[in-house]
Amino acid sequence: MKTLHTLMILAVLTAASTLTACSHAMMMIHGTGARRPAASEFTLGPRASVEGRYVATLEPSQPLRPRQMQTVRVIVRDVDGRGIDDAQIVVDGGMPQHGHGLPTRPRVTRSLGDGIYEIEGVRFNMGGWWEFRLAITGSRGVDTVTFNLAV
Amino acid sequence: MTNRTRTATALVVLILWATLASTAASTRTRWTTAQLEELRSMSITELPPLPPDPTNRVADDPRAADLGRRLFFDTRLSSNGRVACSTCHQPERGFQDGIALAVGVGTTARRTMPIAGMARSPFLFWDGRKDSLWAQALGPLESPVEHGGTRAQYAHLIAAHYRRDYEAVFGPLPDLSAVPGSAGPAGDATAMTAWSTLNETLRDLVTSVFVNIGKAIAAYERHIVFGASRFDRYVAAVTAGHPGDDVLTEDEIAGLRLFIGRANCSQCHNGPLLTNNEFHNTGVPSRPELPLDRGRLTGATTVVGEEFNCRSRWSDARQRCAELDFIVTGAHTLDRAYKVPSLRNVAERAPYMDGGQLATLADVLDHYNRAPAAVGGHSELRSLRLKSIELRQLEAFLRTLSGPVLVDGRAAAGATP
Ligand code: HEC
Ligand code: HEC
Ligand SMILES: [Cu+2]
Repeated sequence: MKTLHTLMILAVLTAASTLTACSHAMMMIHGTGARRPAASEFTLGPRASVEGRYVATLEPSQPLRPRQMQTVRVIVRDVDGRGIDDAQIVVDGGMPQHGHGLPTRPRVTRSLGDGIYEIEGVRFNMGGWWEFRLAITGSRGVDTVTFNLAV
Repeated sequence: MTNRTRTATALVVLILWATLASTAASTRTRWTTAQLEELRSMSITELPPLPPDPTNRVADDPRAADLGRRLFFDTRLSSNGRVACSTCHQPERGFQDGIALAVGVGTTARRTMPIAGMARSPFLFWDGRKDSLWAQALGPLESPVEHGGTRAQYAHLIAAHYRRDYEAVFGPLPDLSAVPGSAGPAGDATAMTAWSTLNETLRDLVTSVFVNIGKAIAAYERHIVFGASRFDRYVAAVTAGHPGDDVLTEDEIAGLRLFIGRANCSQCHNGPLLTNNEFHNTGVPSRPELPLDRGRLTGATTVVGEEFNCRSRWSDARQRCAELDFIVTGAHTLDRAYKVPSLRNVAERAPYMDGGQLATLADVLDHYNRAPAAVGGHSELRSLRLKSIELRQLEAFLRTLSGPVLVDGRAAAGATP
């Protein structure tokens, strides 16, 4: 009986460890601690800023694809849905799992009114989970909104 | 042992065996949907059509490409009559030369890069100091250690030997009778003095011919591409639901699994050409006999102010030059960062890296496994701690990336005129 128990435990442990090893490898392929957010967190918006001053929505001119220079519109509104014009928007981003930023310096090149801004020079140098951050300084104050993008 | 114990033992053995067998099977054949998607994205068939080059109005003119091909192989475009582009970019060697530091009129400080597929790259050279193929071609022509000639010399060569074909593409050649046989801003002392005595109109006429030489050569280079490799055939098989184990061996598949998984290679070597076309510091040692090279840190600043860049008056671009407008310059991360090379045909072109510092693929993999600190800037690599069998598997995988280099659909060995 004793040997049986030992064997049983061994079997379960082996099975368990192989399984965790697999899922571990899949969760963090590149191995920095950052965890990919749930699928529901991946959205082009509308997305609220950290302190709730703004709601932003991204509208890429083409589907987001790796290794291509792209243009993305962002629509900035207040919580009541009014477009925010004359805001300063600083664009930043990177891959939390890899610890690198964007390969280019994208920026707002045009303000189209109704809270719509055009961001040019966006490029993702690989597929995967990217953070895309907008630091907004506008009539409602200073706030940041972070998008999780699946490229 | 009682009967019960015996049955239980058998059961336990069965569980153990099943667990181990299933892991072994999954390393061999099974890919997740996400992994299959990643594999597909690396297939040569996923390359979108070659985008136009708005900076070069003759980029897709077949007459320009034909002229460019002849210029590419013409050794008269040099100071000693012995150096052509093809001296270093040898078609039968996949448009490179197989040595650590290239040799033209003198010896360069970098390794020759294969040209295939680079019409898609926003920046050229190991440090990305040029932003188009035609601007790139003008570099070696005036470099004292490569072709070593001058732009006035090349303009005269066109007038003497290529007049008809040049004029068919670019229109009438300017009158060069007042231009000395050798003159240019980057030649020897006599050539530079001769250049400084020319008036601006004459200089511009010479430079316009020189620029068109670059544009014709670029039109030819746009035809140099990679063909399908064994790896691509494997991807076609597995994405169609076949096991693919008749295309790649178990070790090669295990290497591929590491490449897109634990070894992190596809962070930089991704897409159909297995490069993100960006610049990264991977801690490759410098060549001790040469001055410390800062890579992209210098290259990014150079390209912004370069004589022939997309914003220059020699460019045909009408729209904005996005690559220059949104370029990162001056950042610490650019220090000793180098262009990520395509890994297609990599097994055919030792030695490796910007200065041929690493002799074999095994040396390259040992480098990635150890991830040594950079001699300047900061390496983005972390040591991989792979076992020697895994390094061999990675190497086996890299060897599956070999295929033909094609020029207009024909294997490059037949590309010499
Ligand atoms: C003396 C050998 C030599 C000659 C001659 C030469 N090259 Fe190169 N080529 C090199 C080296 C070395 C590099 C990398 C240099 C660097 O990064 O500074 C290179 C880089 C390139 C690249 C960049 C590829 C990339 O991936 O960025 C292209 C394109 C190219 N050469 C085309 C040409 C053309 C066209 C000519 C003729 C006009 C030419 N080369 C003449 C050695 C040579
Ligand atoms: C952080 C980006 C990055 C990662 C990750 C990376 N590479 Fe590289 N790779 C580069 C760069 C940049 C170079 C050129 C460096 C130089 O020349 O100094 C290079 C060069 C190479 C070369 C030499 C090619 C040539 O023509 O000289 C090989 C082979 C290679 N990498 C394979 C791999 C493998 C295999 C992995 C995974 C173990 C890997 N790389 C991971 C960026 C990366
Ligand atoms: Cu990344």
